[in-house]
Amino acid sequence: MTQLLESTGFGQWILHVLILLPLLGVVPLLLGPESSAKRTALAVTILEFVLSVGLWWALDPALGGLQLVSDTPWIRSWGISYRVGIDGISLVMVLLTTAMMPLSVLASWHSIVKQERAFYALLLALLTGLLGVFIALDLFVFYIFFELMLIPMYFIIGIWGGANRLYAAIKFFIYTMAGSLLMLVAIVVMVWKVSEATGLMSFSYEFLLRNSAAVGSSAPWLFAAFALAFAIKVPIFPFHTWLPDAHVEAPTAGSVLLAAVMLKIGTYGFLRFAVPFFPQVALSPGVSRLIVVLAVIGIIYGALVAMVQPDIKKLVAYSSVSHLGFVMLGIWGGTVESVQGALMVMISHGFSTGALFLLIGMIYERRHTRMIDAYGGIARVVPIFSLIFTVVALSSIGLPGLNGFVGEFLVLLGAFPAYPWATVIATTGVIFAAAYLLWALQRMIFNPLDNPENQRLTDLTRRELAIMLPLLLGIIWLGLYPAPVLRRMEPSTQRYLQMVQPRVGAPSSIEVGSAAEVRP
Amino acid sequence: MAISHWVWLAVAFPLAGFLANGALALRRPQARGLVSLIGPGALLAAFAVSVGVFLELLREAPHAPTIVRLWSWLPAGRLQIDLAFQVDQLAAVMLLVVTGVGSLIHIFSVGYMKEDPGYARYFAYLNLFVVFMLVLVLGSSFPVLFIGWEGVGLCSYLLIGFWFNDKANADAGKKAFIMNRIGDFGFLVAMFIIWSALGTLEFAEVAARAPRMLTQNGAVVTLITLFLFLGCTGKSAQIPLYTWLPDAMAGPTPVSALIHAATMVTAGVYLIARTNVLFALAPTTSTIVAGIGALTALFAATIGLRQYDIKKVLAYSTVSQLGYMFLGVGTGAYVSGVFHLVTHAFFKALLFLGAGSVIYAMHHAYHVTHSHDDAQDMRNMGGLRRYMPITFWLMMIATLAISGIPPFSGFFSKDEILAAAFARGETQPVYYLFYAMGVLAALLTAFYMARLMAMTFLGQNRTGEKERAHLHEAPWTMTGPLVVLGVLSALGGALNLPPFAAGSAALEHWLEPVTAPAAQFFGLQMPHGSVEYFLVGAAVVVGALGLVAGFRATLGRPIAPARVALPETGFARVLSRKYFVDEFYDAVVVRPLVWLSRAVLWKGVDQGVVDGAAVNGTAKLSQGLGWLGSRLQTGQVGMYVVFFLVGVLWILRAVIR
Repeated sequence: MTQLLESTGFGQWILHVLILLPLLGVVPLLLGPESSAKRTALAVTILEFVLSVGLWWALDPALGGLQLVSDTPWIRSWGISYRVGIDGISLVMVLLTTAMMPLSVLASWHSIVKQERAFYALLLALLTGLLGVFIALDLFVFYIFFELMLIPMYFIIGIWGGANRLYAAIKFFIYTMAGSLLMLVAIVVMVWKVSEATGLMSFSYEFLLRNSAAVGSSAPWLFAAFALAFAIKVPIFPFHTWLPDAHVEAPTAGSVLLAAVMLKIGTYGFLRFAVPFFPQVALSPGVSRLIVVLAVIGIIYGALVAMVQPDIKKLVAYSSVSHLGFVMLGIWGGTVESVQGALMVMISHGFSTGALFLLIGMIYERRHTRMIDAYGGIARVVPIFSLIFTVVALSSIGLPGLNGFVGEFLVLLGAFPAYPWATVIATTGVIFAAAYLLWALQRMIFNPLDNPENQRLTDLTRRELAIMLPLLLGIIWLGLYPAPVLRRMEPSTQRYLQMVQPRVGAPSSIEVGSAAEVRP
Repeated sequence: MAISHWVWLAVAFPLAGFLANGALALRRPQARGLVSLIGPGALLAAFAVSVGVFLELLREAPHAPTIVRLWSWLPAGRLQIDLAFQVDQLAAVMLLVVTGVGSLIHIFSVGYMKEDPGYARYFAYLNLFVVFMLVLVLGSSFPVLFIGWEGVGLCSYLLIGFWFNDKANADAGKKAFIMNRIGDFGFLVAMFIIWSALGTLEFAEVAARAPRMLTQNGAVVTLITLFLFLGCTGKSAQIPLYTWLPDAMAGPTPVSALIHAATMVTAGVYLIARTNVLFALAPTTSTIVAGIGALTALFAATIGLRQYDIKKVLAYSTVSQLGYMFLGVGTGAYVSGVFHLVTHAFFKALLFLGAGSVIYAMHHAYHVTHSHDDAQDMRNMGGLRRYMPITFWLMMIATLAISGIPPFSGFFSKDEILAAAFARGETQPVYYLFYAMGVLAALLTAFYMARLMAMTFLGQNRTGEKERAHLHEAPWTMTGPLVVLGVLSALGGALNLPPFAAGSAALEHWLEPVTAPAAQFFGLQMPHGSVEYFLVGAAVVVGALGLVAGFRATLGRPIAPARVALPETGFARVLSRKYFVDEFYDAVVVRPLVWLSRAVLWKGVDQGVVDGAAVNGTAKLSQGLGWLGSRLQTGQVGMYVVFFLVGVLWILRAVIR
């Protein structure tokens, strides 16, 4: 496979094609009739996914660093160039994005009825924005993509959303803008400081990374700006309140992409930029403690608030706050196990929560309500829907053997040596997760079938099965055999840790934990 | 190639059965013949593999486990967890119990569930349960065991709520899962501590490193074992996490026999036996384990005295008997704990299946006459011996076994546990107390079992005039497995026949490779000679007394059928309401948590503080500023000029400085 790809020069063109293809796809989409818009979008997103799969082999798994890097000068006087490249971490994020996209198009098949062309065009633009964020290696370009993905999502929520869509869209937009504007200021200040020190002005990621020490005493402020922008995206408690509103109001495709991909941009931002640029600030005891505490609050708080939601979509939204708390804990856990775990939670959450939103969308199309109490006992009338819903819920709960467990387990195991108390408290999250999801599951698909409106429900169609089966397979595969994915990411994780922790390589806390216990 | 390397087949057969039955459940639920072939067939195939493994171990008597690595599961940094199975003598015992008793219960289910519309779904779940149970007993590391550990909990959840149209059943399933999760929290934390202290999660490595790297009775090993034990209290229904098991009786009766008596609930005992080195290094924890075990044995037995639902009696009896097993392993008598696990699997499966046969008969009788009386309430039974003699005599064997009457199986295993507790009392006197509690619980056990048998099978029949004509013995698919279990319940004691009964303690020797390391730190000098005979005699007398008292007390006065019975009063009410523990948990844990989540966190913090004050407050503030700004735009040019000049002057001042 690798040789086949090399013979076509795959590595040279693939990243550019991935970025450009969706934008090019917008042209026939807008020129064609309204009715064929979704087919064009589906074709483009499937092609995009198929192409992106080649990246799996195009990347040398032994190397941890950035690969397939290409650099096209853009604004020379400011040192801005169109610079892209990927490593093992961005690889899986890109694949997650391209995999979710065709599913989102399929999920919109019948639910989006007004202005279809505009909708799918925005979806494609969003795809470019999301991929750009994950592969950009120039801070200016990164910022542009970061903003680019914001605008389509704003319109997707604001135009095709639910009853309260405007409030949600504006809240989403302002929340995110507030963070990203601060980040823009931080980027500019950083470039300026580095250019003062080195005499070279460049927005190149690697250049800034090498010279990040030049920012000197402004490091805490710069970190704070980056961290705030990403914290809102994650979201970290207490910056999370845009999320339930945005999720509830967004159409299914919007919720899926928000949860499965966009939230990961926040945690990806910490791993790629905020921590490596300013490790001495990010990993200082004070900041670490703050973030770990907020992560643990997010885990417990998200789960508890999810438990009492009457609206199933809101329940899932709050559960995201809880899951993303695990990611933050993993990143600050500071071991290979915990960071690998954080990455696995990012992937798994994409699958599980994406699948949950898709399923909610499917049942919503039939009953036009998201209220949990409106359902009950529907396993009798829609057995296949119920089966899939149960499996996905169990994966979200973290049942070992399914995907959710892998990441959570690695995060907790890896973070325990550094933060034993926080980890133990975070582990109680597994109890609450079972509580909120099983309770919802019971009230929706078990219990007596007492609402006559539910008796006419029809089970999943072929199209809906075609959406769910790939996710279901992914959930089981990642649960039983995550090793290939873990191995792809590990060199990059190792490299990240070597970069941010000067003393990595020294076996971590084993000695600390048991020193007192070893008998003479 | 050695058959041990093919042990994964024992898992693969039920897995294939699950997939086939699951597909049938979704697509062709009416294909009962095929389902009845696949479901039990998969189990019998797994049983054949288990027998093969057992015979190989018998022939070769290896001292180290065989590890069968299937694939790399969780490779991350220094953590390298393979999906691997471990074949040794302990695993072989569990394999035989799970697939053997499992096969019998599958066959019984063919008859019992015959008319259920969810027949295929039922067998799919049951097969899946066996898959996870086997992963649990075969897993070679904590995380792999944990797959099985949580998986059996899932199947238990699905099967308790099998008839999910009734809210109570769905509630019971959810309660079981969540209470188990509280235990699983302990299991997880234990894994984290083990990892950070020993740097491995493989059982063999943990056993090898623990004695070198952990101080005996030190804080680390005590914490590890306490958290593991928290996991056990959830899965094996011990105080304080036992309340889910009686509710779990909402599931079909064969499920109660397989999952909630013979196999899954004993997983905690298995876990302690599997990690016996850790527990042996932590005598403080062991004392707690033994104490909780003894307390649970006694406490649950008292509740069993006053239950009327035949399955509820057996459920509390199971909680109580599991308590004995923990008393055993907490005393360091790991083999005795496992021994009781095995004999209990025989006689309790027999009791549950027997109860199933009774309920089946009652249900049919009520069904024919369209009566809505409770088919599980013993007050509606009585005199059933005449109608179902085979079931009666087989259940009688099980009753004698659980009451500790020689030579039935339960006598030997229970006696060993009590004798061990007595022996430990010599060095740690608190164990004398545990022994006494165990003896008292044995008395109550015999009493409630006699009461159950008398209310169900003896005395006057209270089922009803019309219904009586329809009471009859179950078909052979149901009585056949009962007969096999009857033989095992009667003779199972032979597995570990003690020297005083001319035996050679076969199980003790069989498990020696597994328990030998622990014996170095936590060895036990079992009593011999006159002390031994005194203990045996006391146990027999207590059991016999309990039986006699139970029969006499129950048959001595008339019993009113359930629909005309008076409500309980006084302490009897406290017992029949199970000491109000469920109500207590609800008031102290569940309600406050929901209130906190809804009123404080969601409405208060989320909507009130973060959104109300901060987010929307900011919006209001900027609106206000915008309003102020708009006030400035008065439209009078003169005003603008003034503002402009002020601004310019201010900038000039700043620049000149």
